[in-house]
Amino acid sequence: MRPILLQGHERALTQIRYNRDGDLIFSTAKDQHVCAWYAHNGERLGTYHGHQGALWTVDVDPTSTMIATGAADNTVKLWDIKSGKCLKTWDFDTAVKRVEFSEDGSRLLAVTEKRMGFLGTIVLLDIKLDVNAEQSSEKSLVITCEESKATVAGWSFLSKYIIAGHEDGSVSKYNAKTGEQIDNVQIHELDYSITDIQWSQDRTYFITASKDKSAKIVNVDDLEIMKTYTTDTPLNSACITPKKDFVILGGGQDAMGVTQTSARQGKFEARFYHKIFEEEIGRVRGHFGPLNTVAVDPQGRGYASGGEDGYVRIHQFDKGYFDFTYEVERQAKAAAQL
Amino acid sequence: MAPSFDHLPDPEEEDYDEDEELDFSDLRERYEVQLEQGLDTFVVIDGLPEVTEETRPKLIKFLLRKLNGVGKVREDSVHMPLGDDGKSHRFAFVEYATPLEAATACKTLDGVSLDKKHKMEVNKLTDIERYGREGRIDEHYTPPKLEEFTEKEHLRSWLADPSGRGRDQFAMYKDNNVLIDWNNEKDTPETIVERPNWTESFIQWSPQGTFLTSVHAQGVQLWGGPSWLRQKRFAHPYVNLVDFSPGEKYLTTWSHRPISIPEDGHPQLAAEDDGKHFVIWDIETGKPLRSFPNAEVPSAGNDEAGNPIKRKMQWPAFKWSADDKYVARLTQGQSISVYDLPTMLLVDKKVIKIEGVMEFEWAPATPRRDGVKTYEQLFCYWTPEIGSNPAKVGLMSIPSKEVVRTLNLFSVTDARLHWQSDASYLCVKVDRHSKSKKSLATSLEIFRVKEKGVPVEVVDGIKDTVVNFAWEPKGDRFVIITTAEVAAPSAVPPKTSVAFYCPEKVKGAGVGNFKHIRTYDKKNSNAIYWSPKGRFVVVATVSSQQSFELEFYDMDFEGEKPESDKDLTANLQLMNTAEHYGVTDIEWDPTGRFVATSSSVWKVPMENGFHMYDFKGEQLREEPVEKIKQFLWRPRPPTMLTKEEQKLVRKNLREYSKVFEQEDADRGASADLAVVEHRRRLLEEWMAWRHTVEQDLEDEREALGLPADPVEHLIKKTDESEDQVIEEIVEEIVEETEEIVG
Repeated sequence: MRPILLQGHERALTQIRYNRDGDLIFSTAKDQHVCAWYAHNGERLGTYHGHQGALWTVDVDPTSTMIATGAADNTVKLWDIKSGKCLKTWDFDTAVKRVEFSEDGSRLLAVTEKRMGFLGTIVLLDIKLDVNAEQSSEKSLVITCEESKATVAGWSFLSKYIIAGHEDGSVSKYNAKTGEQIDNVQIHELDYSITDIQWSQDRTYFITASKDKSAKIVNVDDLEIMKTYTTDTPLNSACITPKKDFVILGGGQDAMGVTQTSARQGKFEARFYHKIFEEEIGRVRGHFGPLNTVAVDPQGRGYASGGEDGYVRIHQFDKGYFDFTYEVERQAKAAAQL
Repeated sequence: MAPSFDHLPDPEEEDYDEDEELDFSDLRERYEVQLEQGLDTFVVIDGLPEVTEETRPKLIKFLLRKLNGVGKVREDSVHMPLGDDGKSHRFAFVEYATPLEAATACKTLDGVSLDKKHKMEVNKLTDIERYGREGRIDEHYTPPKLEEFTEKEHLRSWLADPSGRGRDQFAMYKDNNVLIDWNNEKDTPETIVERPNWTESFIQWSPQGTFLTSVHAQGVQLWGGPSWLRQKRFAHPYVNLVDFSPGEKYLTTWSHRPISIPEDGHPQLAAEDDGKHFVIWDIETGKPLRSFPNAEVPSAGNDEAGNPIKRKMQWPAFKWSADDKYVARLTQGQSISVYDLPTMLLVDKKVIKIEGVMEFEWAPATPRRDGVKTYEQLFCYWTPEIGSNPAKVGLMSIPSKEVVRTLNLFSVTDARLHWQSDASYLCVKVDRHSKSKKSLATSLEIFRVKEKGVPVEVVDGIKDTVVNFAWEPKGDRFVIITTAEVAAPSAVPPKTSVAFYCPEKVKGAGVGNFKHIRTYDKKNSNAIYWSPKGRFVVVATVSSQQSFELEFYDMDFEGEKPESDKDLTANLQLMNTAEHYGVTDIEWDPTGRFVATSSSVWKVPMENGFHMYDFKGEQLREEPVEKIKQFLWRPRPPTMLTKEEQKLVRKNLREYSKVFEQEDADRGASADLAVVEHRRRLLEEWMAWRHTVEQDLEDEREALGLPADPVEHLIKKTDESEDQVIEEIVEEIVEETEEIVG
């Protein structure tokens, strides 16, 4: 897998997102602008200017019409992908750490930071998927996290629930209509922050990444841990690959301690695990800082990673990746065909 | 609530009954003034000569000279009562100024002779009161009760591996835990026992693997047997180092703090051990044999700033002969003291004076010199040049103390003594300086101990300084590491060369001259680890910042032999190389089948753990272990098979190996089968779960009247005819040539 190195950012990457078709990549970094790239050759499509602080998060709607971004300037902005125009700005009391569209693109959630006397919240906004439409300024629902602030959140299947990962290592399930907390389960070790939540394709289960050096697959129904992947380094991001039953984990020695460690000890590698057997399959090296975010093409053709080193690396999966199967998988497949 | 006067009963109050008898006896007993304590300054001296009124002052005067060595005693504080017949009772009371002085007087003056006939017996007055008074001690002898015999656990049970595979054990000390595991080659080691805080500073195996030693502030403990019970305790307070005799009969302990025996005694040590640093123990009885003070190391002169140069302590300070019969200590520059075991008395009651002696080393096996039939142990020593006398290497035979061989050497800066494990050879590595004392060169003087007259062969032609030397165990080949530069304290260690030597082929029995096989230049290697069975050797770079190489060599490669080596008794081949980041320790298992390399948190702060290799250098396992401090293979005792039996085993090796290979294959296959079965179950469970979830989701969507795909309807259908096909034609000139057509 020969990567394409994208050198469009000047500072550490914060999030990478593919659109549904997997042909565009959106990346945010602490350098205040969003970049859009062609996934197949790494050419830059454009940048979105307007934020006044470090960007923390980006998401693209399912129709690839607009993107939403959240930043340290306490705003969420909605952009027209094609024109690069800012369509709407919502102001908040604190920085926005995560945004995500619901599966039909009609709603947006934003996770706000706990700071300056404000508690962390998850805010829901209604979105009209039309670049010409007037977007409502009103927040349709606000969920306040009284106990431990939410660090990441996302929409479940049918937009029924909101799943949030907390700083204390627990995962909560909220009713997306009423905002009522249905469940809270300590998934990871106590007080090891959950750093990422990414969904399976049908949003019935998700993967969490945590500073406790493990990633876990959890199902939405009862927040039961289905699988655990244990590594030797704190994790910042994890995603589930479509087409193949793998997961990709990214992390590395904390950014704070990076200056004291060589690339060797930093463990700045993307790790591939088999989703079902929980076994490590391979690693991809290349970054010289911890991986802050990994994202996989929803069509399963490749993946991208963004590091503290300011680079995005796009990898197209090669034949070996698609050919790799366990004996039992082949047998099961053969049995199914009979 | 704090007590206050308000709560005390008022004696004026009516309910206070004055006649009530209070029982104070318990308090009285506790707080009664002990008058006897005032007598602590008195001692009683017995065993004095009989004197009369006239001669008494003379004796007192004489006694005072002795008594004043401990504390202040005046003439009138010696009380020597006379009997009715005007003669003394042969004893005296003496009063010292403090109880401490009295105590030291008892310690130091007791047993001191006054003249040929009289010996002082000094006791504390209170002791005489305590033990001597009638009735205090039972007059009748009651024999001590013999404890019922209970069978102890078999200390060598581990040699019969319960799995029947002849595996080896290793001990790990990580963080605060000590654990002992079976080595399972590629698979996870099987933990036998794990205990937190089993030791306070380090662990050590006894040389034959019988005991695991744990070190505590109170002393040393030995553990063993299948349930890892405590076998022995050696209460040497603040012990720092431990050394076993090769046959596990004796043990030396050393502490940098002098032993201080408390007033009320010590469970194992006696008053004469006070102030000593070394204790030699008998392991079987658990009793100390003898204690020694630290050797007074003569100062090695002063450094440039005028401060005395501190010499590193030699450890082990007491060196054992191969058969546990003698133990010896060097007094550098003067003498060697050889003690007989278990009496711990000097052989012939004399130290062996060897002027200038720098270092000595016992033969690691009982030597069998040609033509020598009597029992002997050998040690070698060397002395530097003194005045116009040359430097000397000597071989001394014990108990005869006869010097059986000496060798004179010139221009010697330093020498190192390396015995081969069978005591067949002794290699003296001599660092020589040129006349200007600027450059150094090394020569190897090899003593052929088993040959008649102990001939010495010199291996020279080594231009560089030899920094490391190692004999093949039970063999006659060796490896050296040399460096061109004298190791200076610089950031980058100098490049080294690794050279291999072996004897030449000769007709008939006997061993030919040592010849150089090959040298590998531009290395970083600094350590040599021979397999305990010989033949294989690992040359490595340990505790280095930059390189972590391990090289596995075979000395008897079974492939083709290069023409140039046809006269040599070796066929050298590099089998494999490996790298272990941060490696600090390398150890072969006692059977020579595996090599464990470890990176200890004591020396490297991160990536601690161990790697397991087979003898060929193939990595079997890599295990990170956080905060691992020590990794130690459990040694094995020497084999109990006779030479003939061993030969038979070797002869039938092929048959045995067939059985073992089959067993290995079966075990591997069943393990694989279990893994596959586990995977199949996981896959089935996952598939079943996915199936129900997908079905539920589909049903729910249908019930809500939503399409199967949440997004498809959102994307505007584009007319196929509107699609444009954009074709890009790229022309590429592959080659262009110009020809001039004439």
